Amino acid sequence: MSVIYILLAISIIVAIVFFAAFIIAVRRGQYDDSYTPSVRMLFEDELVKDKSDKSIETNKD
Amino acid sequence: MSLTPCYHCGDPCDKNSINFDEKVFCCNGCKTVYEIFSENELTCYYDLQQSPGAIPTEIHGKYDFLEQEDIIDKLIEFGDETIQIATLYIPHIHCSSCIWILENLNKLNPEIVDSQVNFGNKTVRLTYRTDKISLKDAVILLSSIGYEPYISLENLETGKKKIDRRIIYKLGIAGFAFGNVMFLSFPEYFEVNEFWLEKYKHLFRWIMFAYSLPVVFYAAQDYFRSAYKGLRSGLLNIDVPIALGILVLFLRSTIEIMFDLGSGFFDSLTGLVFFLLLGKFFQQRTYNFLSFERDYKSYFPIAITKIEDGNETPIQVYEIVEGDRLLIRNQELIPVDAILIKGDAMIDYSFVTGESVPVMKQSGDKLYAGGKQISGVIEIETLKTVEQSYLTQLWSNDVFKKDKEALFANLTDKLSKHFTRVILLIAFVSGLFWMFYDPSKVMNVVTAVLIIACPCAIALSAPFTYGNLLRIFGKLKFYLKNASVIEQLSTIDTIIFDKTGTITANNKSEAFYDGIELSSEEEKLLKSTLRGSNHPLSRSLYDMLEAQDIVSLSSYNETPGLGIEASHDRSLMKVGSAEYVGIEDDMEELNTEVHISSNNKYKGKFTFFNSYREGLSRLFNSLRDDYHLAVISGDNEGERKNLEKLLPTSTKLIFNQKPEDKLEYIAFHQKEGSRIMMIGDGLNDAGALAQGDVGVAVSENINVFSPACDAILDASVFNHIDAFLSASKSAIKIIKWSFFFSFLYNIIGLYFAVTGRLEPVIAAILMPLSSISIVVFTTVATNYVGRRLVKRNKL
Repeated sequence: MSVIYILLAISIIVAIVFFAAFIIAVRRGQYDDSYTPSVRMLFEDELVKDKSDKSIETNKD
Repeated sequence: MSLTPCYHCGDPCDKNSINFDEKVFCCNGCKTVYEIFSENELTCYYDLQQSPGAIPTEIHGKYDFLEQEDIIDKLIEFGDETIQIATLYIPHIHCSSCIWILENLNKLNPEIVDSQVNFGNKTVRLTYRTDKISLKDAVILLSSIGYEPYISLENLETGKKKIDRRIIYKLGIAGFAFGNVMFLSFPEYFEVNEFWLEKYKHLFRWIMFAYSLPVVFYAAQDYFRSAYKGLRSGLLNIDVPIALGILVLFLRSTIEIMFDLGSGFFDSLTGLVFFLLLGKFFQQRTYNFLSFERDYKSYFPIAITKIEDGNETPIQVYEIVEGDRLLIRNQELIPVDAILIKGDAMIDYSFVTGESVPVMKQSGDKLYAGGKQISGVIEIETLKTVEQSYLTQLWSNDVFKKDKEALFANLTDKLSKHFTRVILLIAFVSGLFWMFYDPSKVMNVVTAVLIIACPCAIALSAPFTYGNLLRIFGKLKFYLKNASVIEQLSTIDTIIFDKTGTITANNKSEAFYDGIELSSEEEKLLKSTLRGSNHPLSRSLYDMLEAQDIVSLSSYNETPGLGIEASHDRSLMKVGSAEYVGIEDDMEELNTEVHISSNNKYKGKFTFFNSYREGLSRLFNSLRDDYHLAVISGDNEGERKNLEKLLPTSTKLIFNQKPEDKLEYIAFHQKEGSRIMMIGDGLNDAGALAQGDVGVAVSENINVFSPACDAILDASVFNHIDAFLSASKSAIKIIKWSFFFSFLYNIIGLYFAVTGRLEPVIAAILMPLSSISIVVFTTVATNYVGRRLVKRNKL
């Protein structure tokens, strides 16, 4: 039954790892702006479109 | 006739519109920006949002001060030989297109390595190579595409701001501990006497204890601090019973597990702190992009051009000394009291007084700090330094140092005074009872009472109600500084309005003609005459007159400060001041007037009136039963008759008030027991806004200028003030109801506590249940109030 010690230790370590990840995320400012990233995420497509436009132009040339 | 909106900025295009690339632009500026974007393949800007742009402003020479090392040093976040990082505030940021274009700045200038927008704060963080471009170049680039950053004296002082993230850390720790403790205490809830559970429960308990340590000593420390502060100043605020509850929970649980008496209440303890912090977090989230603490510093420029021996050098505003010659360009702010030396000054004091009609000044006249020059370049000589100027001196008044929130005893604190006493009494009496009945249970009962009575639900009622209503108000364009303003609003009994710019609309004025009727020929000539003039009165009169065919003038002559003379086909027209047109002004000049004569015969005059905001009469009539109303103005009595006609007779009208007089007036009535809401707009109201129990700044454009205040009201919802006031009263009702529900929970809990049967599982169910149900109740109720507010007032 002393396997419980190992399990407990693992559970606590896993919990603390996630907690540390959270603290690091906050510290790096990921929680400072909760709106812009949600918009920024959608721009990936626009940038691709931009690039493809360029390729069309180069094809024409 | 509907006008095509400009492809770039969305303004309606008139006859002067430009067609380019099959698109319509209202002006050259907009077209240029479009050209820049299309050359760099950034036209996607217009796909994300229709007409997202702004007209780029004339900035010639305006940012010369950004060449100075010491100014740059104060503005940037980080800098070495190759890289600099600066965060700039850009008021125009308003949509996804803005984010997109600003984050693609490096396509316009590859030396800008990275740019990141914070939409909530309306800032962009630029990283650029200093060896290739300077901060000035970056600012000029931003201005040229219509995103002019706003750099003021305030930037220089605050410098690098530290973001306070403590509440998030605390919330994280409490939530983390709460979840883990819950999980560890689960087996004990069901009291299964299994062999291995019995064997390991001590270990489980000590792990729970370890989890609760950071919660009690870090996450909950604000409650202990606030309770201590409250007790020291003899106040039983809501944090006293909370701190007591947390402390008793922790001590009793520790003792219990130490002597193997039970499993302790670590689950309730961590849960309690978590919910309390959640409430705090909810209440704290306000509007990042609005500043409620603005003083003159956020209006004033950082630097100004000084003229010395014919050379123009930018100097910092604080370095201006008496006698300095300064150059003020078009659209620049005058930072000091000064005398006009050269040039024609047209000063717009609307930041200061709210008056939108600019004032004409001639050389030798005195100019006050805070005015904005709006026609051409002038030279001035400094009379006083920045700190000593008339306007800035207002800020040395003590009223700006007062913390209104701290002075205000809120509903929760008022209640908690009685609440704490009753709880202590119950604990004492039940302890006394058990002393005789079964002394072994005394400690158990007394601590159970203190634990279960911990007013978590009461403490949550106000934050969630106010926090939610704050958001609803914000959506309706009424922005409050913090949640306690709602409560202050509900207690108001007197409302004082500033006149100019507050109850009058800033961008609109009306003119009435009084005199001999003009023939159609004369009307044509008048319109054509006005067309050539840049004087603001001519401009607004030109816009007001009916459209006419424009005739070409055979002569045109404008005398600055006096009037215009123009002729066509042998008819001569003079437009201007009474003196200029050649009549004696019999009336005392109380109103703004433009006189007209045709062929040297006096015709009549246009009198300008401030046009009052729509729905003003209705607003005053709906307020007059519940509130004392007053209008207080720095202007002369010219408008008295108009106002008397418009407003209910009980409204007090007070004219010729200096900024300090307004402040004094409010202070005097407060001494008599009135609770006053001041509604103003300009910087000259700042003192009155700070002195009033609630200071509301009315603003045509909430992103640009508003003086220090408790709330910012968008001018478009000005006539709904009554609705906001009644909604804040409903909020108080909601809070009172949720107090009532919390009491019910407390009574149930106290029953268990007093009879000595409080099991950890009951506490663990009852405490979160009461908290969650209060949160649900207040959220649903405030949403209902919000929806009613929108429906009834068609907002």
